[in-house]
Amino acid sequence: MHRFANPAQFNRLADAILPWATGAFVLLLGAGLYYAFFDSPPDYQQGESVRVMYIHVPAAWMAMFTYMVMAVASFTALVWRHPLALLAGRAAAPIGAVFTALALITGMLWGKPMWGTYWVWDGRLTSVLVLLFLYLGYMALWQAIDEEEKAGRAASILALVGVVNIPIIKFSVDWWSTLHQPASVMRLDGPTIDGSMLMPLLLMAGAYQAYFAVVFLWRMKLEINRRKLAVARQVSMHAPVGAE
Amino acid sequence: MAEFLSMGGYASFVWTAYGTSAAALVWLAVSSRKQLKETNEAVEAARARRRGDS
Amino acid sequence: MSAEVKSIPMFMALVRRDVKLAWSQGGGAMLALGFFFVAVSLFPFGVGPAPQVLARIAPGVIWVVALLAAVISLDRLYQADYEDGSLDDLMLSPIGPIGISAAKVLAHWLSTTLPLALLAPAMGVLMNLPDQAYGTLILSLLVGTPALSLIGSVGAALTVAVRRGGVLMLLLILPLYVPTLIFGVGAVDAAMSLTDPLPHMALLAATTLIALVVGLFASAAALKLALE
Repeated sequence: MHRFANPAQFNRLADAILPWATGAFVLLLGAGLYYAFFDSPPDYQQGESVRVMYIHVPAAWMAMFTYMVMAVASFTALVWRHPLALLAGRAAAPIGAVFTALALITGMLWGKPMWGTYWVWDGRLTSVLVLLFLYLGYMALWQAIDEEEKAGRAASILALVGVVNIPIIKFSVDWWSTLHQPASVMRLDGPTIDGSMLMPLLLMAGAYQAYFAVVFLWRMKLEINRRKLAVARQVSMHAPVGAE
Repeated sequence: MAEFLSMGGYASFVWTAYGTSAAALVWLAVSSRKQLKETNEAVEAARARRRGDS
Repeated sequence: MSAEVKSIPMFMALVRRDVKLAWSQGGGAMLALGFFFVAVSLFPFGVGPAPQVLARIAPGVIWVVALLAAVISLDRLYQADYEDGSLDDLMLSPIGPIGISAAKVLAHWLSTTLPLALLAPAMGVLMNLPDQAYGTLILSLLVGTPALSLIGSVGAALTVAVRRGGVLMLLLILPLYVPTLIFGVGAVDAAMSLTDPLPHMALLAATTLIALVVGLFASAAALKLALE
């Protein structure tokens, strides 16, 4: 039962943080949406479609941030065998997958009016697509192995191999697209961003970060519960009758 | 208002992007919350059963 | 000391046994070669027999199909030994988990991927590959395919205990193959357009070296985990 001492502490900490994170999310989202729609100018080139940026860029940032959370959790789980770390990786993965999918979808919807096409095989899009595959692979591996502890550590190994690969993939596809495509693809980081657009962007990024904190803590508590239930089931199966 | 909704002619793209994001994020939050509640109850039930046994 | 002396002949014996198994009846090597041949010859039916079109896509098609052929022969890399329990014995032997994965990868590369690289020029003929690209095609496959075996070994080790883990393994490792594929095809494309394939080749070699370090360690960790 010593393993529960830690999670109990974690649950208390989570319960202390959750109201603040929820409050921060509501405030940041409200302010962010207000600035995004009412207090920022349309772009002189992109017009009103630039407003997609305020949800696209935060999603892309969070997609990478969440993978780093997952990777650090995996490393901690493999090296120090911390029982909560395995659960942290598992809790983070679906959130990261959703952020990644949203970064791709909003990017496509922004790309269609700007580039004239939903999809180009440019470096950024391709490497984010690979990131989505890594998330899906991580979750599939958790699902595929029955024994939770083993499943988690196998998925952790995969997450760490993915970490090594992400910069390589990023670098290779950047290089690849410049080989095959002339500079027809508009660079997002081309024009330096104006303060009036930076404000809503940062507010929305903050809102996404707070959203992550809230849902991540919920999912951590959920994973702790699931682990407790699994252990309880095992105990009741193996313990001789009346031994408790 | 109509002008605001039309988003300078980009309405379908802008509102689809916001709509999809909102839908996905709400779905993830709600389903996480729901699963958490269910497991909370299951843990409570297991604890009560154990207390009943002893 | 004596463990080290013993481990090298053991390593060689393991490689020899696996190569022999891959080529014996029911082994995967012939199947991979057959798949390579049949799958490449489907493309002219798909895109039409126009020689220029075939030549344009030849490097990509040959690389992708060679990659898939290597992968389908990988999914049982550790599985047979895992199922009959000989993997447990091997883990206790002096060569250890890293030695086992190194031997398995080397055997897979020698028995399956190397023949694929050697068969590739024949596929080049079918796909109307221009004359100047043949050398680079073989060389790029020789340099790049060890990375395929190494990364694939991680996937095979992670899914060794999973029943019907073959498709899962594909999902796990195909995204990780992207750099190897890009640089491999890039080298052949460069040779085809008479530019210098050397930068691509250098990057391909770098990818293979990284895969060597990461792949062996990750495979060993995954094997240890599966046998716990």
